[in-house]
Amino acid sequence: MSRRERPTGWFERRVVIHTVIATLAVVCLGLLIAEWFYAKHPYFGFDGWFGFYPAAGFGAYCLIVLSAKALRPLLRRDEDYYGEADPDEADLEESIGREHRDD
Amino acid sequence: MTDALGAAVASPALLLMAAGLMLAVTPRLVRAIWLLGVPVLALMLLWALPTGLHGQVSLFGFDLTMLRVDGLSRVWATIFIIGSFLAGLYALHLDDRLQHVASLIYASAAVGAVLAGDLVTLFIFWEVTAISSVFLIWARRRVRAHIIGLRYLIIQVISGLLLMVGAIVHHRATGSIAFGHLGLEAAGGWLIFLAFGIKAAFPLLHNWMQDAYPESTPTGTVVLSIYTTKLAIYALARGFAGTEILIAIGAVMTLFPIFYAVIENDLRRVLAYSLNNQLGFMVVGIGIGTPLAVNGAAAHAFAHILYKGLLLMSMGAVLYRVGTVKASELGGLYKSMPATAVFCIVGSMSISAFPLFSGFVTKSMILTAAAEQHHWIVWCVLLIASAGVLDHSGIKVPFFSFFAHDAGYRVKEAPANMLAAMAITAALCIGIGVYPAPLYAILPFDVDYSPYTAAHVINQLQLLLFAALAFVTLYRSGLYPPEVRGINIDTDWLYRRALPIVVAGSRRALLGGRKRAIGAATIGLAGARQRLEQAFGVRGVMARTWTTGVMLLWVTALLAAYLLLYY
Repeated sequence: MSRRERPTGWFERRVVIHTVIATLAVVCLGLLIAEWFYAKHPYFGFDGWFGFYPAAGFGAYCLIVLSAKALRPLLRRDEDYYGEADPDEADLEESIGREHRDD
Repeated sequence: MTDALGAAVASPALLLMAAGLMLAVTPRLVRAIWLLGVPVLALMLLWALPTGLHGQVSLFGFDLTMLRVDGLSRVWATIFIIGSFLAGLYALHLDDRLQHVASLIYASAAVGAVLAGDLVTLFIFWEVTAISSVFLIWARRRVRAHIIGLRYLIIQVISGLLLMVGAIVHHRATGSIAFGHLGLEAAGGWLIFLAFGIKAAFPLLHNWMQDAYPESTPTGTVVLSIYTTKLAIYALARGFAGTEILIAIGAVMTLFPIFYAVIENDLRRVLAYSLNNQLGFMVVGIGIGTPLAVNGAAAHAFAHILYKGLLLMSMGAVLYRVGTVKASELGGLYKSMPATAVFCIVGSMSISAFPLFSGFVTKSMILTAAAEQHHWIVWCVLLIASAGVLDHSGIKVPFFSFFAHDAGYRVKEAPANMLAAMAITAALCIGIGVYPAPLYAILPFDVDYSPYTAAHVINQLQLLLFAALAFVTLYRSGLYPPEVRGINIDTDWLYRRALPIVVAGSRRALLGGRKRAIGAATIGLAGARQRLEQAFGVRGVMARTWTTGVMLLWVTALLAAYLLLYY
């Protein structure tokens, strides 16, 4: 319940993180190679191009995340912008080590 | 008549409503009967009812149809009742009668509305969903939740009023209140369309949901996410299937909430934006209107209620244990809440439509239907939106709460009943994904569709895993937007900021104008008074003492004038 003892978790180990990323990269490579080995049924034509879906996934993801990031300065305001923020909404520092009772 | 009344009473909706009322007055020991037992009974009753119209009664000259059981209404009523069971189990630990009663009444109203065969019955249940659901927001028992609940209620009631006026216009023009296919050309069609559009969270009409849903209690948000919006989707499918404009509306709906979801900090609000985006897929399906597309919308609504419920359950458990669901404050919770983390990931993979998960077998029906009707732009938008779903619901929600950097919270795992509800919901998500045949069997139309073709599985994995690779690339290179505190302004800015400013400004202007007008009028009056005083005042011309000679002169002059006029 306290923050002091903090053993390194399974998913914080460098080896595990690198293994996860490497696995993802290998699977993606495999999926790219698979492009030569299955019968495509394109609806429109362009969706039958080599690497259409991998490119769409990677490209669309970057497009969405980066444009959202660009929009953030325009849209983001202080939490109390409307004057409705909760006075009892805990700050991180205050809530650390707080007992979490069952009910 | 008695038979008709008997059939009307044998309604799953009334059964649930009775359970809600019983729960209000019975001791808490038997609560599980009403929360868990009655939904099971209601589901059995629903499936025991033969297809057709039941409970037809004449009231004030209207022919009401309390129960219409057909393919479309049955699939919706089924998932609503399953949802009420799961939400009941999830909230079982809670000692708050208000929330339990509100949840059951809300569920009963939603079931009653999808089973309604006419616009008047629909309107009544439509309003009951609004009134019962607001108590789930107020149940947070904070000033902020109270204000937001009022805003929510106003918008829900506006939707109800539009539906009522639309129904009246429709009745006056056609003499019928039957709720079948309406279309925009029907009398009152636009009004009813707008009423449905508000509850379905159409773009620009959407913000009540992102405003209110994340402010409910941990359990209340799960309940809220099930009914209102999907009821509106049902109503659109019933009244406006094949309406062309819905395709464009739906496509916009899938895309624009994504940008908000990416930068939003409150993870339950992220899920509300994501809910909006998933509704977009269903709206596109209804707009296309082919049997495959409407089946896709129905199937996607069914799957969506489960995986969205599951995601909100996992975030509700986090809120319940940690006290916040702000991404900027969370991280590393997989150590304390491993089971919740696993269930959250199942929900994430379902909404992202990974093969073997429910989203895969339902969303693809809508995309296929769009492609078959040669809507290539819409199809591309849905594809981009699918990659976006992977970000905000697939990665952001589980990653920043359970993984990322360890924020140091050491809390208990979620209560047993919450875990049980999440386990059953997760099992259903995977079950539908692995074996979709039972779901396909209860869809409104007979359609032969198989999602598991080699090309479809490979293409979907390519889309999702390369998007995941993009996340890794952006995150590792520091380009991924950091989770920071703050709120994002949306269309609610118009009525929370702009409208008050305009109202206050016009009030000031009007008050100033009034003051000036009064000032001008007073100045005018003062001048008139001065002139009157000069003429008739104590020292005025008329009040002077005149000599007899002057008076005689005036009398002569007047008599001369009289003589002249006489001739």
